[in-house]
Amino acid sequence: MTAPLLRVEGLRRHYASGGGLFGRARYVTRAVDDVSFDVMPGETLGLVGESGSGKSTTGRLVMGLEEPDAGRVVFDGTDLTSLSSSQRKPFRRRMQIVFQDPYAALNPRMRVGDFVQEPLLVHGAEAGPDRVAALFRTVGLDPAFMQRYPHEFSGGQRQRIGIARAIALRPQFLVADEPITALDVSIQAQIVNLFQDLQESMGLALLFIAHDLSMVRYLCSRVAVMLRGRIVEMGPTEAVFGDARHPYTQALLSAVPIPDPAHERGRKRLAFDAGGYAFPPAAALRDLGGGHFVLMGEAA
Amino acid sequence: MALLAIEDLSVGFAREGRFARVIPGLTYGVEAGETLGIVGESGSGKSVHALALLGLLPQPPGRILGGRAVFDGHDLLAMSEARLRDLRGGRIGMIFQDPMTALNPVLTIGRQIAEPLMRHKAMSMRQALDRAADLLALVGIRDGARRLSQYPHEFSGGMRQRVMIAIAISCEPALLIADEPTTALDVTVQGQILDLMAELRDRLRMTMVWITHDMGVVAGIADTIQVMYAGRIMERGPVDAVFANPRSAYTYGLLQSLPHGSRPPGGRLMQIPGCPPDMFAPPPGDPFAPRNPFATPRCHVEAPPLRPVPDSVPGHMVAAWYDLPRLLA
Repeated sequence: MTAPLLRVEGLRRHYASGGGLFGRARYVTRAVDDVSFDVMPGETLGLVGESGSGKSTTGRLVMGLEEPDAGRVVFDGTDLTSLSSSQRKPFRRRMQIVFQDPYAALNPRMRVGDFVQEPLLVHGAEAGPDRVAALFRTVGLDPAFMQRYPHEFSGGQRQRIGIARAIALRPQFLVADEPITALDVSIQAQIVNLFQDLQESMGLALLFIAHDLSMVRYLCSRVAVMLRGRIVEMGPTEAVFGDARHPYTQALLSAVPIPDPAHERGRKRLAFDAGGYAFPPAAALRDLGGGHFVLMGEAA
Repeated sequence: MALLAIEDLSVGFAREGRFARVIPGLTYGVEAGETLGIVGESGSGKSVHALALLGLLPQPPGRILGGRAVFDGHDLLAMSEARLRDLRGGRIGMIFQDPMTALNPVLTIGRQIAEPLMRHKAMSMRQALDRAADLLALVGIRDGARRLSQYPHEFSGGMRQRVMIAIAISCEPALLIADEPTTALDVTVQGQILDLMAELRDRLRMTMVWITHDMGVVAGIADTIQVMYAGRIMERGPVDAVFANPRSAYTYGLLQSLPHGSRPPGGRLMQIPGCPPDMFAPPPGDPFAPRNPFATPRCHVEAPPLRPVPDSVPGHMVAAWYDLPRLLA
């Protein structure tokens, strides 16, 4: 059996809030609470949930952009959370991230060719113009664009630039944090197809963080559903979408609009109080078989 | 009879000394009781034209170049600002995407719901606050009487959008214009708002214009869909006919690019190539032609008029020189 490329174990990140300047915090936000999952080489795991579910924080913890309060991030057998910043450097070229807002990620005063070249220089890799031009072609951009500035590009082109930079060091693993959310509908399919092409040509493993469930169903082989910092259901995509067991997953799926008027007229949405839901005591992910896990209490 | 009739509305935008006709001449009507879903992406003119007809388009940089927007017999574009203010929030309700910027952060929710009632319905503050509590209950906010004294920041995003809806329907408008009202919301909250709006529409017999980029949302809420691109109507008609049998290559491309179920092995999404046009340098002819694999030579030089589709249901119209079903067959 193949070893996972990424193993996340008991990841936790809590934020204190509500206290005064010197007072004690009144609330603790459990942004990420005991999150564990694996990503196999070349696999696409979808991480879905609504705002505040902790899905983006999970992506940032995996990338080391934030430090966890507890838990481990094991990449290719090495526990990254135990390493110093300089010890982590070789791993940073093997794992990369693409953000939602490609414009915010770009430096407006930097030529986009330099932006894509930067990680190559930082890591002492082959960084000549031919290499950068090849990256532009890989993501479907004309290399003549290398001399231009970010404001000269559309949203979809900017996201392609962000992806070119992310793949410059030939990573094995990519976190894509809502990479199509800000794009026009007619552009989203282009970017999803690009991810798929990269995955096939580079053997890239992908953690695809999104709230568009239809796209996750299409792109991902497995999916994990997060609610208030916890994974409530995880498994092969068709098992989760076809046979959702957690009431939150069921409510989420019942709310996805489908572009079919007859279907929409007959729709019944399931109610679920995400804020008021109490996790059962001693809740843990339990295997229903076939790698399909649901968060359940002990008695269940 | 049309409650709202837009006739040859034309809007321009100035930027850095350049000028763009972002809406070259828009004509459509909304019948009383109808829900029209307008679909488009950035630059389609879907939001700009709504702001223009409500008198809310910032001028400059925007400029209304001509046309009429007749609501209940009166041209909104020719109306004084005072009369327009009487209509907005009164017989015409509005909901926008971001409730946080539309609500005043320093006024209580009660005050903000009560204000249009006092203004348009001549209620006393006391009467208006009583009504405001009822309205909060109607939009599904429990404990309304207590929450009236709270401020916008004390409400979640979904709850703020419910407050916006309460304000928009407070004077029982004949027409409600909603611009991406659920786009910023989570999918379960969006579902609740869509159900709520459909229920309120039926109860208050409102006519609605629902502007969105989401084909799934339109399929659920609208009677009629109107697909816009580069300031023009590419296709419109009853939702069942348009979704089942799109006649514009743009509508077809949008529907085909959406994922259906899981990916078959080796499958790819059908993608529309290129990106929406720069309205400061629009292509001549059909604006979608440069991205359209079905475009004919004529599409590249002459913009097609919006015409009835001969072999479809009444009201199904398309702006295309090509015959899509024949090309797909």
